[in-house]
Amino acid sequence: MPVATFHIKRFDPDNDDMPRYDEFSVPYEASLTVLDGLFYVQEHFDGSLSFRYCCRAAVCGSCAMYINGRYRLACQTNVRHLDGDVITVEAMPHMPLVKDLVCDMTDFFAKYEYIEPWLMRNSQDPAKEIGQTPEERKKLDMPIDCILCGACYSTCPSVWGEGNYIGPAALLKAYRFEVDSRDEARKQRLAHFDNEHGAYRCHTITNCVEACPKELNPTEGIQWLKRAAVRRRLFGRLK
Amino acid sequence: MINHQLIVVGGGLAGLRAAVEARADGIDVAVLSQVWPGRSHSGAAQGGINAALANDPEGHDDTPEKHAFDTVKGSDYLADQDAAIQMTSDAPGVIFEMEHWGCPFSRYDDGRIAQRPFGGAGYPRTCYGADKTGHYLLHTLVERAYQRGITMYTEQFVTRLIVHDGRCIGVVAYDMTKGGFEAFCGEAVIMATGGAGRTYSNTTNAIISTGGGMAMAYQAGVLLKDMEFIQFHPTGLLTTNILMTEGARGEGGYLINDLGERFMSKYAAKAMELAPRDITSRSIQTEINEGRGIGGKGYVYLDLRHLGAEKIMERLPGIRDLAIHFEGVDPIEEPVPIVPSQHYTMGGIDTDVNGATQLPGFYAAGECACVSVHGANRLGGNSLLETIVFGRRSGAAAARYIQGEPGGGAQAAAAPSAAAVQEMAVAVDRLASGAGSEDSYAIRAEMTTTMKEHFGIFRDAPTMRTGLDTMLALKERSRHMTLRNKFGVFNLDMMRTLELEGMIDVALATATGALARTESRGSHSRTDYPARDDVNWLKHTLAHYQPEGPRLDSKPVTLGTFEPQERKY
Repeated sequence: MPVATFHIKRFDPDNDDMPRYDEFSVPYEASLTVLDGLFYVQEHFDGSLSFRYCCRAAVCGSCAMYINGRYRLACQTNVRHLDGDVITVEAMPHMPLVKDLVCDMTDFFAKYEYIEPWLMRNSQDPAKEIGQTPEERKKLDMPIDCILCGACYSTCPSVWGEGNYIGPAALLKAYRFEVDSRDEARKQRLAHFDNEHGAYRCHTITNCVEACPKELNPTEGIQWLKRAAVRRRLFGRLK
Repeated sequence: MINHQLIVVGGGLAGLRAAVEARADGIDVAVLSQVWPGRSHSGAAQGGINAALANDPEGHDDTPEKHAFDTVKGSDYLADQDAAIQMTSDAPGVIFEMEHWGCPFSRYDDGRIAQRPFGGAGYPRTCYGADKTGHYLLHTLVERAYQRGITMYTEQFVTRLIVHDGRCIGVVAYDMTKGGFEAFCGEAVIMATGGAGRTYSNTTNAIISTGGGMAMAYQAGVLLKDMEFIQFHPTGLLTTNILMTEGARGEGGYLINDLGERFMSKYAAKAMELAPRDITSRSIQTEINEGRGIGGKGYVYLDLRHLGAEKIMERLPGIRDLAIHFEGVDPIEEPVPIVPSQHYTMGGIDTDVNGATQLPGFYAAGECACVSVHGANRLGGNSLLETIVFGRRSGAAAARYIQGEPGGGAQAAAAPSAAAVQEMAVAVDRLASGAGSEDSYAIRAEMTTTMKEHFGIFRDAPTMRTGLDTMLALKERSRHMTLRNKFGVFNLDMMRTLELEGMIDVALATATGALARTESRGSHSRTDYPARDDVNWLKHTLAHYQPEGPRLDSKPVTLGTFEPQERKY
């Protein structure tokens, strides 16, 4: 039976001053995801190991981690597809740590909330659905698949450099509503991204595009927001 | 002790919809969730949500009454007909409301919400957003909850109810990121924690779908209803049981056996692959049992190749990604190996159409509840609908209850909640310091395998009796479990050990109910009692919690609109 060596970064705020690495050998048969491996370690070797999990099908965004030097969802990563015999698993870097592989997402979600991520309407809603053509709907395809795992936010050098930058995930969410034909926000959401902590902080480094486990393109959305903000300033458009 | 007027446990579709509704009625609502609400298992739903919008040309004369009939027939007549009618009449309104809140449904050319055919439905009635409908609905409701300023306590692991003077006044929760137990008190509690799929080893469900809400209610004396009815989804991926949506067959996918036959012609000549899930899963299992699985092995194929790359990329992009990542198969190029997999808990906390239970101040909605609208077999597309319809109704009912009750307020809750927190701490101490000899993970593995093998698609008395004996032995062994880690934050060892106690109780209700019900109805299919028995068994099973195992009871099904008849598809 093949064996995978899990090299896991550990940190317990109650007991440790500094993070350390622990190693565990996990046997497996045909298939083993990194998340399966973490559960094996937690059940068989060290019950104190902490990590986030939920759907194990790459749709909930809980288990984004830094695995062999790349952002990945632990549930979607099969050890057979990783190079080398040692699997290094770390919490997403550049984020405060709660414990082991669990990082603190408080700022991330505060910025998500700051952007006012909801459909804004001024008109009376119709008795049935608000009409939207397939072409209008198609504009939403990319941003609505975001699972808010935080990988783009953790990898963004502009976030590291400017703590108040709201970051790629929140901006992608702003884009998702700004391009929605049903959204009637005038300047309410604009004010949140058309400022020094908003879209202009994106320097198109595109780390977010590389990190996204859903293969989305936050940079593209942010550039759209920059253009829209400038158009509105220059030509006084409402939207 | 933290106080709000209404405590909602669970941040999936049912919980959030309840919270939004109660908030609109001016109630101070708090949502407690084990994960950030947008990570809830509702988001894994794929194929769609049913409502008789009559948007599809083929469904232009669809009505809520026809939707109710299909639901009741699909339930093998165990659904309460008034509840099914309530759900299907509420359906169009709540779907339009979700659309107004921004849900990105797929569209017809004329701009209306697109609808696809689903199993057991007379018309294309299932509104969808590609094959990620749950994800889109869930994020829409999370957004609305933020917009309404609902207080959310995320990463709270709720462990028990607080009941005082015959009323539910709160819950105890472990704060995962800060550590320690805390009481959350209010004038009412709504439980919306989802299903118990993880009591089976072969489930499509998320890892947190452990039936916690059912267990807490049950242990506090609230009844569980119809727990023997477990849905097996026809198409889970072979190696992981990850869901491949029914929408794949709604869009025209085939089920194929080792002989290359579309074998559903033998079992449901008219509906073919779109027979209801109980029938389709039994058909697949029969093919496998009779040696016609692929290569004689335990699976068949879901074949989508004839749909073509364009349709698969547009309508089914999510399951294509899942098949590639988790099974190594691209459905555009190859058929997908699938196996029936535990998918849904039809039973749950016994409620009325407003989510109310027999315990004043305690409501339940979504998969953890049993109204019952699904009876013995749920139709695809009706679970998302149930969460939103009955989430909304329970939120409104809890708000009315709170406004009508004088309520003891924070002062009256102080002593009982402090006692409940103390009891929780003592229970954890006992687990951690006991000379326990049992490993909780070994018990968990044995339980989930027992449920899969002894309470699966086909059941019979000897197999179930052996399984029930094993489950009772596991229950006894669980009294001697050890806890390796008692302290700290994100203590998975403690959470997983505590949740296992509840899982065993919930699974025992399933096992006991299944052995007792000597007939075949919907998902409950007994080889020793192959016929439906309306004379003796057209009734709901009720399970009362007893420390030594459930005591069963029953209550009548509400009929009156649709006469029970033989199901043919």
